Amino acid sequence: MTRRPGGAVALLALLLAGCGTTPDTASSTTPAGAGPSGPSGVTGEVTVLAAASLTTAFTTLAGSFEKANPGTTVRLSFGSSTTLAQQIAQGADADLYASAGTTALQQLGDAEPTATVTLARNTLEIATPAGNPAQVTSLADLARKDVDVVLCASSVPCGRAADEILAGAGVRAHVVSRELDVSSTLAKVTLDEADAAVVYHSDVVTAGDAVDGVEIPAAQNTTLTYPLLRFGDDAATTAFAAYLAGPEGARALRAAGFLVP
Amino acid sequence: MTLDAQVRLTRGTLELDLPLRAADGEVLAVLGPNGAGKTTALHALAGLVRLGAGHVRVDGETWAGDGVHLDPSLRRVGMLSADHLLFPHLTARGNVAFGPRSRGASRAAAAARADAELEALGVLDLARRRPAQLSHGQAQRVALGRALATDPRLLLLDEPLSALDPGLRPQVRATLAARLREFRGSAVLVTHDPLDALTLADHLVFVETGRIVQEGSPTDVVARPRNPYVAQVVGLNLYPGTADDGTTVSTPLGAVVTGGHDHRGPSWVAFAPSAVALYPDAPHGSTRNAWAARVASVELVGQSARVRLVTGGAGPAVLAEVTAGSVATLRLQPGQELWAGVKATEVSAYPR
Amino acid sequence: MTVADVSPASEGGAAARARGAGRRRAAGRVRLSRAVLVVPAVLAVALVVLPLLGLLAGTEWRGLPGRLADPSVRPAVRLSVVTTLVTVAVCWAFGTPLAWLLSRAEGRTATWLRAVLTVPVVLPPVVGGVALLLAYGRRGLVGQPLVDAFGLRIPFTPFAVVLAQVFVSLPFYVLAVEGAMRGIDRRLLEVSATLGARPLRVLTRVALPLAAAGIASGTALAWARALGEFGATITFAGNFAGETQTTSLLVYVALQDDPQTAVALSLVMLVVAVAVLGLLRGRWLR
Repeated sequence: MTRRPGGAVALLALLLAGCGTTPDTASSTTPAGAGPSGPSGVTGEVTVLAAASLTTAFTTLAGSFEKANPGTTVRLSFGSSTTLAQQIAQGADADLYASAGTTALQQLGDAEPTATVTLARNTLEIATPAGNPAQVTSLADLARKDVDVVLCASSVPCGRAADEILAGAGVRAHVVSRELDVSSTLAKVTLDEADAAVVYHSDVVTAGDAVDGVEIPAAQNTTLTYPLLRFGDDAATTAFAAYLAGPEGARALRAAGFLVP
Repeated sequence: MTLDAQVRLTRGTLELDLPLRAADGEVLAVLGPNGAGKTTALHALAGLVRLGAGHVRVDGETWAGDGVHLDPSLRRVGMLSADHLLFPHLTARGNVAFGPRSRGASRAAAAARADAELEALGVLDLARRRPAQLSHGQAQRVALGRALATDPRLLLLDEPLSALDPGLRPQVRATLAARLREFRGSAVLVTHDPLDALTLADHLVFVETGRIVQEGSPTDVVARPRNPYVAQVVGLNLYPGTADDGTTVSTPLGAVVTGGHDHRGPSWVAFAPSAVALYPDAPHGSTRNAWAARVASVELVGQSARVRLVTGGAGPAVLAEVTAGSVATLRLQPGQELWAGVKATEVSAYPR
Repeated sequence: MTVADVSPASEGGAAARARGAGRRRAAGRVRLSRAVLVVPAVLAVALVVLPLLGLLAGTEWRGLPGRLADPSVRPAVRLSVVTTLVTVAVCWAFGTPLAWLLSRAEGRTATWLRAVLTVPVVLPPVVGGVALLLAYGRRGLVGQPLVDAFGLRIPFTPFAVVLAQVFVSLPFYVLAVEGAMRGIDRRLLEVSATLGARPLRVLTRVALPLAAAGIASGTALAWARALGEFGATITFAGNFAGETQTTSLLVYVALQDDPQTAVALSLVMLVVAVAVLGLLRGRWLR
């Protein structure tokens, strides 16, 4: 860890991530480099910017990593992949960046990752309020006038992917809102303000009983890869990246509904 | 009897209970010190303040009382205050026309009425000006015109001249007097300036802490005050006492010899400050009343001086009005001991 | 005040020298205490001005007209214009009588009402959006009966945009206008009543003209607040081009895939805001 983690930058990142994200900074009180080092000998801080769909998995993983490696601190910031990429391009402090899909990577500008691995894959799914009151069973149902559909904005990966599969299926969905990221898209369904939303399978899994999932057949669906980009070579960053890509990471991601290779 | 009112209400510590009556064309002046409840009474007549009890009837119509409280806009009143209170966003004409317009007159009729009022008050040439472009005196005339333009049955004047420069007052007072003579309704004038009351009113009511302490015609009140405040307003020395015989009255000043009276028992004794003469030593001769006194203050007004005296240590005060020459001759200083004398013929006594 | 005024009086040659030194020290203290005031003031100005300069510096001026011709811009601007004007109209129609009644009311109810009205002013807009959802949403206090009775759904409609804007801007308007009306000499209103003006006429012919400056600045405040409304709108009304995507929302969305359009739109909003401010300043504000 060579760069100083800027608290102000992290705060700015949270603010910029804006509405609908789940700002969550999991951090221990152990200051960087102080105190006894853990069994692995790794200490330091890792700042992670991650797509909103990774919120649950990464929060769990950060906690278990810090426990396993006393002396490490993981700072997490979640938001739309695009927004986070822009923040990195603007100089936001990030040791790791996990994006939903690869399109957002174009927004990284001059920021060059030192390493990239594919962390997980995700597919799209229709989420409905619990009990599926509007009786949505397929993509075609999303065109019904009595079904209020909420999608992510076209500028963020989940929205772009949804546009793609709806166009592929030839469905003109009855869309009432394009939300700014996948969390707020799902929230409209959770609050029962919309009848259906196209979100990631992982979101439906994480939401639990609050929503019902309607699977989209593979022929109509698309698969999104989640690349993990590493900026920097310090021990803590490398260790956490390996942890995410390792068996513990895979277990947590699978639990959160992701497909792990 | 056009105005027949019994104003009863409580405001803070003030308990107001005033009978106010005025016939058509009559001007009733209400005098009293600050806080006596004069303006509150006026507001009660206008309907801006609710009566606690009592009534307000005008021309036999009940405006307030008996469970009635007519909104101010439904009472035919005109009001004029110390500050002209013209609407700053309207011209003089617009201000005067406001009342007629509010009471349903057409735009043209209201403007014509406004011009007539302004003309009668000699300010028609200012019709297009806004209040900010008017002098105090001009604005007050426009405000009077505005109050009269609705043909009120009851005109309420609240210290109409008190905010004007002293130099302007006589002019505006004359204008007001002329308009009041033509005015056919009843008018109530609240003032603490005796000159306003004496020159404009037909009947005076003196109010202290919400009650009438004396009322009567101006000439009667000026000659025979029956209350210390009234005496102060009309500028007389007044003392309560008991008439023992036809020539003397026992008062806090001692036995006062009068010019002769034909009553016995409770009595008032009054004499003018100008009747009081000052002497360095005890006077002799025709001066029948003389008291040792100490000078409390001296105030020079032009060629005469008002000298406040305290008799017999901390006894009753006497106000004397002497010439500036006397002040110089006697070298009057606060604290100075001297004698005050009044001739018996200058002292009047009347039953209390 | 000169420095000499504050130095203690003394006599004699040595004392005079001491006085000279004392004066210099005192002058230094005056300069220091002035600096203590000036430095934060300058910083305060910088905190406000720097972002604005950043916006100007970050604009690609050459491409500006093209950016503003983007097909997403026109519907958003039109929606913003229409909804903010409706919001202002709602403020006038409902807010003015409320401000008037509040300005004349005394007692506990008015005090409480005033406090309640202040809540949206201090509430985070997103929270306002949640509150609006819980009131007018499909499962909301008022929204559910509306859906059940008329099949009327409020969220995701321009009407919801207006509701969100009214929620945040009406309090600004009412408080500004109430303040102005409270400043009117009560006696002018009493006089107009004695002249025969009924309450409505007192309001329209006397109170409104006299409170014109307050109404103008209240309107500007409310309008600017409505134009900039983001959190409550995105939470309650959603984001759909032509329906609920206002200019503020478009700026945020565009920032993700077309930052220069976002910058261009931001610049337009800045210009409009400055123009409104200037217009008001020239005409009503002093």
